[in-house]
Amino acid sequence: MEHIRLPKVENVRLLDRVSPRRSRVGTLYLTATHTIFVENEMKGPDIHVEDCLVCSVEKQAATASGCSLLVRCKNFQVLHFVVPRERECHDVHLSLQRLSQPERCEELYCFSYKPNVDEAERRQEWDFLDLKADYSRMGLPNSLWKFSPVNQHYKVSDTYPADLFVPQSATPPVIVGSSKFRSRGRFPTLSYYSKENHAAICRSSQPLSGFSARCLEDEQMLEAILRSNPRSDFMYVVDTRPKLNAIANRAAGKGYENEDNYSNIKFQFIGIENIHVMRNSQQKMLEVCELRSPSMSDFLEGLESSGWLKHIKAVLDAGIFIAKAVAEEGVSVLVHCSDGWDRTAQVCSVASVLLDPHYRTLRGLMVLIEKDWVSFGHKFSHRCNHLVGDPKEVSPAIDQFLESVWQLMEQFPCAFEFNARFLITIHSHVYSCQYGNFIGNNQRERVELRLRERTHSLWSYLWKNQTDYINPLYRPDHSQTQGLLRPSTAPYCFKSWRGLYNRFDPGMHPRQSVEDYLSAIQEETQQLEEQLASHKQVEKGYKRINSKFLLKKTQSTCSCYRGCTILSDLGLANTPQDYTGCFVTSSPCQPKAPDGSLVLLTQDSNLSNGSDQESGIADVSCRSPLSEDSTRDPDSDEAAYSAA
Amino acid sequence: MEFAELIKTPRVDGVILHRPFMPTVEGTLCLTGHHLILSSRQDNAEELWLLHSNIDSIEKRFVGSLGSIIVKCKDLRVIQLDIPGMEECFNIASSVEALSTLDILSLMYPFFYRPMFEVIEDGWNSFLPEDAFKDLETMTDEWRLSDVNKDCTVCPSYPPLVAVPKDVDDDTLRKVATFRHSGRFPVLSYYHKKNGMVMMRAGQPLTGTNGRRCKEDEKLINATLRPGKRGYIIDTRTINLAQQAKARGGGFESEANYPQWRRIHKAIERSNILQESLIKLVEACNDQSHSMDRWLSKLEASNWQTHVKEILTTACLAAQCIDREGASVLVHGTEGTDSTLQVTSLAQIILDPACRTIRGFQGLVEREWLQAGHPFHHRCAQSAFSNSKPRQEAPVFLLFLDCVWQILRQFPCSFEFSESFLVLVFDHAYASQFGTFLGNSTAERAKLSLPEKTVSLWSWVNRPQELERLTNPLYEANSLVIWPSVAPQSLLLWEGVFLRWNRSSKCLDEAYEEMVHIIEYNKELQNKVNSLRRQLAQLETEDPLLQTLE
Repeated sequence: MEHIRLPKVENVRLLDRVSPRRSRVGTLYLTATHTIFVENEMKGPDIHVEDCLVCSVEKQAATASGCSLLVRCKNFQVLHFVVPRERECHDVHLSLQRLSQPERCEELYCFSYKPNVDEAERRQEWDFLDLKADYSRMGLPNSLWKFSPVNQHYKVSDTYPADLFVPQSATPPVIVGSSKFRSRGRFPTLSYYSKENHAAICRSSQPLSGFSARCLEDEQMLEAILRSNPRSDFMYVVDTRPKLNAIANRAAGKGYENEDNYSNIKFQFIGIENIHVMRNSQQKMLEVCELRSPSMSDFLEGLESSGWLKHIKAVLDAGIFIAKAVAEEGVSVLVHCSDGWDRTAQVCSVASVLLDPHYRTLRGLMVLIEKDWVSFGHKFSHRCNHLVGDPKEVSPAIDQFLESVWQLMEQFPCAFEFNARFLITIHSHVYSCQYGNFIGNNQRERVELRLRERTHSLWSYLWKNQTDYINPLYRPDHSQTQGLLRPSTAPYCFKSWRGLYNRFDPGMHPRQSVEDYLSAIQEETQQLEEQLASHKQVEKGYKRINSKFLLKKTQSTCSCYRGCTILSDLGLANTPQDYTGCFVTSSPCQPKAPDGSLVLLTQDSNLSNGSDQESGIADVSCRSPLSEDSTRDPDSDEAAYSAA
Repeated sequence: MEFAELIKTPRVDGVILHRPFMPTVEGTLCLTGHHLILSSRQDNAEELWLLHSNIDSIEKRFVGSLGSIIVKCKDLRVIQLDIPGMEECFNIASSVEALSTLDILSLMYPFFYRPMFEVIEDGWNSFLPEDAFKDLETMTDEWRLSDVNKDCTVCPSYPPLVAVPKDVDDDTLRKVATFRHSGRFPVLSYYHKKNGMVMMRAGQPLTGTNGRRCKEDEKLINATLRPGKRGYIIDTRTINLAQQAKARGGGFESEANYPQWRRIHKAIERSNILQESLIKLVEACNDQSHSMDRWLSKLEASNWQTHVKEILTTACLAAQCIDREGASVLVHGTEGTDSTLQVTSLAQIILDPACRTIRGFQGLVEREWLQAGHPFHHRCAQSAFSNSKPRQEAPVFLLFLDCVWQILRQFPCSFEFSESFLVLVFDHAYASQFGTFLGNSTAERAKLSLPEKTVSLWSWVNRPQELERLTNPLYEANSLVIWPSVAPQSLLLWEGVFLRWNRSSKCLDEAYEEMVHIIEYNKELQNKVNSLRRQLAQLETEDPLLQTLE
């Protein structure tokens, strides 16, 4: 591997982000696909990070104890290594930087990821999701909407999928004419259709209207969409940009629909900010989440000034507007932003989640992402920075969609078949490049890369492991599961998603998980149901001979589940944190106290002298073991106590 | 005085009640000595019964001849009553105002309330200091129960019986009392069975500017140390505030006089600042502007979450000293009736699994708040909507409950009670038909004959049907110390209290019911399987064929 200057460095220290006392010493390995840290003496679990997940590598000035290397990952893990020699640090730095920013697609992990799956099975993985099946679930094609082959070979719009649905009355000349009047040829086409009331969500890019241009075919196209909803005499056109941005675009010959030129449209701006604002906002929000021992004010002020939750609220508000137009007014909606692949994807998919219970199931959410994001050309390669490229193209549009869904799950705990782990796993793999699903910027690129032939699909992996992702509170027949969701978007309903952004700080999360507890109980219940059935059979006397055998079997399988979940949690539960944070800071590199004792005692000198330090204002902290897998801290003595 | 004198209009018809997220109700409004009642007079329709003592403030609005009064309650609910007729509206408003600000304890509702339920166990006798001491005696003989305060003259805010080190006699205690704020000499708050360490609490020492000392005080607290061991003094004030207190005769323990103790200062705010925070927080929660920036900045400016974090952190520190350092701890602030009690009671929640049960929590509230002399009457006289200038009101106890809720959120399976129990205790601390939270101290409660004349909240809670409602279905006894996270990300706004009336809780309630259903169905199946198993075992022993086959 020509990019790896140094495959292995020994005696690397991995610092705990919150309490530097808890550092681990081990060996760092760089491979073509992964960065691996193996702790000496096998004390803790190894840490594997896909090279593709590395977002930035920052080398800090060398000190006596070594040279610091700060590795930030796209899944929000931050690894702070101290490499003994500067030369080595330099080499690791350059190697990682190169490894995390491949120049060619072929270098991405998905092309070398070869699990033990045979070729036939691998092909089946890609057949797991079928978008056409989702359209037929919606009742399409029908007398109002038809399948259109117009974009076969991506001739009309090279960023659109080949298979599209358009109004029955839209002729190819109208479609082609309309596409010429839209950015990147992204003409209005169907995203979601409600078979209950015929209202539809359509999507496109902005019209090239400039200050006065108009296009007959584009007007006919909108007319056709309106006619495909026979019960409605108008339609909404929603521009998801702030009005000022849209007006500015007119100067560049783009812009928005003039209500005078289109018959029976109601035009509406919904101000969602552009990718650059969102990128900076997330950056600021992550800085806040990364603060060491922030005070409550630091945190809340930072959260506010990042604007992140405001943007999430804007996306959700837009989704609600559209979902209500469709479900309550029975009116069709055309949604666009500039190019129609970021905000439009967000808003259409959020509206679909609100409208259709199917998209709140495991399979449904996968189909939705495949449809509104992958097939409609959300530029994953650019937005997620898979390859070395323009940093201004990077933006967390998909993060915002996943978070919007999470915010909804918080308000409707019974409405979703999947849990937050499902969203976090999807998030992780959008960036990891382990699967072929999110490589490339559009369908055409993926076909050229022959991803279906050469890589694996995330969706079938998730489906196979679905038991990990099931929300125990979900019931298909629950009232919350039915129909349109009507969330509140009062600001206090939005929470900071520590499960994602502080995912690698397990000390911050509840030490006992209600969800895991309930899942364990449900599993036990299922077993009990089976036992009950078999017992009843035995009782009937069909298999009296076997009863003794059955009895033994059932006695041994029962009731060990709950114990396990609770115990694993208590490993953590029984670990105190640095409630004395201010004392720690005075000596950040203090060696780990052998018995995990309070730092107070090792620092007798300035304790009661009435210094400022004593007044100890804010001190947070939580320990953070580094691997997401570790459920208890390897160097805590508390494990012993929990056993006692 | 007769209540009738205060009620100008006892009854108005055609009144419309507006409550957020609930349908409006039209009905008859009645005022009684203790209640505001609105009844639609239809069968099985819900009636509103509001205690006057629950009303925090009242506003009048007039549009034409239609008057409205907006009633803001101590439980943070805001309702609107549209009253036809200016005069009626005016009369109702002024009557309610007079009735709700009546500050005569003996006229409070608990003295008039007669229980409609069977009292199984009189809550007034459930948590007596002597009973708590019996438990202590099974663990250690180093402490004794002193009745030095039997007539409540040594320390008016202490109960007649307090636990003190065995080797310290009553004369010493009397001397120490003169050296501590309000006579609050150091007493036992908690004994940590695992390692025999203790937590004590007291008022600040009255060292003053010239560094007065008291040998007896030093002797008393040193008596709790093991040979060669040191202890920690946690002063809940910043060092600056503690220094300033000297000028007013207060102060802190100097190293010179207490060489075996290390002092740590924390920064728990004083009551008037906490009250301001509560007012700001509730104002933010009721702001309907729907701007995210405004909400976050108001939430931050209220500082409420900062207080939660600081109190919780201090409690964790005290618990850590005891459990991890094997050191004894003395906690005090200024008076020792507010921040001190927040810290000592929360530390016990962390350390002692018994305090995480329903009954144990009641005992904790009795010991560490009611008997320890937290002035409930003063602190809970007004809540977040009060227009009058706060005197001694402060949400000290509410902050304690909030911190318990934070720990409960982090350890959802380790508490026998659910969130609804905490909300219930909050409600009753501010307005109640029960006498439990009346008065400022045991002495005041005895003087008012509360145990004889009123019903205890615990009498009502400790009945099977109530207990069932308050029990956490996820509970599995956890004998360990539980260390909560105090990171800002881990501390949430207590929606169950602050957003209780500002959002629809339907979906969350349904989720709770679903959770209960999952657990109950599991239990039901377990019972079925077990009984079938027993039947089978019996069949088996009766069946000779099977036995021969074995």
